[in-house]
Amino acid sequence: MSAGRRGGWLAAHSLLTLAFLWVPIAILIAFSFNTSRVNVVWQGFTLDWYGELFRDVEVLRATRNTLVVAAASTLLSTILGTMAAFALTRHRFPGRRIMEALLYVPVVLPEIVLGISLLATFRLLSMNLGLLTVILSHVTFCTPFVALVVRARLHGLDPSLERAAMDLGADEWTTFRRVTLPLVLPGIVAGALLALTVSIDDFIITFFTAGPGSTTLPLHVFSMVKFGVSPKINALSTLMLIITLGLAWGSDRIRSRSAGRDGAAEAGPAPYLDLTR
Amino acid sequence: MGRRSPWRLLALVGPLAAWLLIFEVIPLVLVLAVSFMRRGVQGPIEVTFTLENYARFADPLYVRILADSLWIALVTTAICLLVGYPFAYYACQQPPERRARLLGLVILPFWTNMLIRTYAWIVLLRSNGLVNNVLRGAGVIQQPLELLYTREAAVLGLVYALLPFMILPLYASIEKLDWRLVKAAQDLGASPARAFWRVTLPLTMPGVVAGSVLVFVPSLALFYISDLMGGARAVLIGNLVQRQFTQARDWPFGAAASVILTVVSLLLIFVYVRYLSPDQGEEGPRA
Repeated sequence: MSAGRRGGWLAAHSLLTLAFLWVPIAILIAFSFNTSRVNVVWQGFTLDWYGELFRDVEVLRATRNTLVVAAASTLLSTILGTMAAFALTRHRFPGRRIMEALLYVPVVLPEIVLGISLLATFRLLSMNLGLLTVILSHVTFCTPFVALVVRARLHGLDPSLERAAMDLGADEWTTFRRVTLPLVLPGIVAGALLALTVSIDDFIITFFTAGPGSTTLPLHVFSMVKFGVSPKINALSTLMLIITLGLAWGSDRIRSRSAGRDGAAEAGPAPYLDLTR
Repeated sequence: MGRRSPWRLLALVGPLAAWLLIFEVIPLVLVLAVSFMRRGVQGPIEVTFTLENYARFADPLYVRILADSLWIALVTTAICLLVGYPFAYYACQQPPERRARLLGLVILPFWTNMLIRTYAWIVLLRSNGLVNNVLRGAGVIQQPLELLYTREAAVLGLVYALLPFMILPLYASIEKLDWRLVKAAQDLGASPARAFWRVTLPLTMPGVVAGSVLVFVPSLALFYISDLMGGARAVLIGNLVQRQFTQARDWPFGAAASVILTVVSLLLIFVYVRYLSPDQGEEGPRA
């Protein structure tokens, strides 16, 4: 039957697509445990490359920089992004549409454009490129992600819950603190984890806004790769993959679980990808 | 909600407005301005007004770079579409649980670092890499093949990095498809191929357009992928911009290149938004 044959062809194609996506990652991870330095054939299992990572001063410094940047920019962008979500969802004010458009510009514009623009601005302000300039840049591109996630959550909120609280005598602040915030909190946490993930992962904007002392892990990986392939890079890559996958997974769980539990807007596949929302 | 005090609204909107102004509007306007200035002798720029940075793109060298970059982006988008559409189509026909698992397997790499995923291919493709060694071991080749530092390698790297951006909108679009329409076309005598071209594809065009824009735009700009995998053989607009700001230190020319990149991206995004709205963009729950 032709439909069955077509189904088989589609299944085979999909399997190949998944293999295409995952085999290189699997091989990268496998070689991080390989005793051979040249990364060519499997010789034996070892954790030496991981041990070497923890003794590498530059890797440790890059890790510290990454964590400092990620923590600071996540905190700031979560505050700014949540404020943005509330302002845009709940209020009408002059310039609202412009602000909305500007907020999402970093998501749609090629990263390099924002990267060189920030670089030029910092330079002309005679700011030294360092952790501060990296943090300011990260906040700029993390904020929209937080805003998108929190907005999706706010949209799905049942307004009758807040009205009920007010009807029962709660003032605005109490309603916000006891009803609105707890309901929106999963969105804020998911947004914060998302911000953390994109901050830890960012290469392009950091590339332009970091100085000699503020190298982050992706920048360090880049300079190592330019130098050549080594199992140590595989080990570092593996750790970074695990961390970002864990964070993204956590963010997704929080969003979908809380959406399922109290009937907020269903968290579809990657709402941050849907630019029209 | 109208009775809230304007001060509270200002406290809510003010910090964000200030942030967007200082770290987004001013930097972007600055680059636009710099693109009309001249490279400075002492500082990075000399404040004047000139169009020569844009005029330089008439130089055959830069015409070729622009054309090359657009071509690479086009090929990347086409491959992503050809690979992504059947995958999304297949995923949508699976039972919900399996569907979620398939989609999860596409989203996960999307969250991993693109640089690291590019490195994964370098491990495979370099002259002493896995592919060459397996081929040599099997006696297929004597000398290692030059797989890296070609245009094809750059396209491969871009496809690998961007494929999830194609699959996700396609999936969202195909999932919404009313299969009864396809069935009706077939009942009325259309062959499966004809039903696909005349019904399925037109109805899922929003996903095709969205995915294509989301792949095409970064394909012009992801300079590190072409740098690491294509070497000198694949120069994207992104590489041009990056070199002017890091090595060549010709800000005005780099700014002009990035303005061109921005205009192309915004045009495409505009097409995308126009295409999706108003009737398809804010689609509520189907009755």
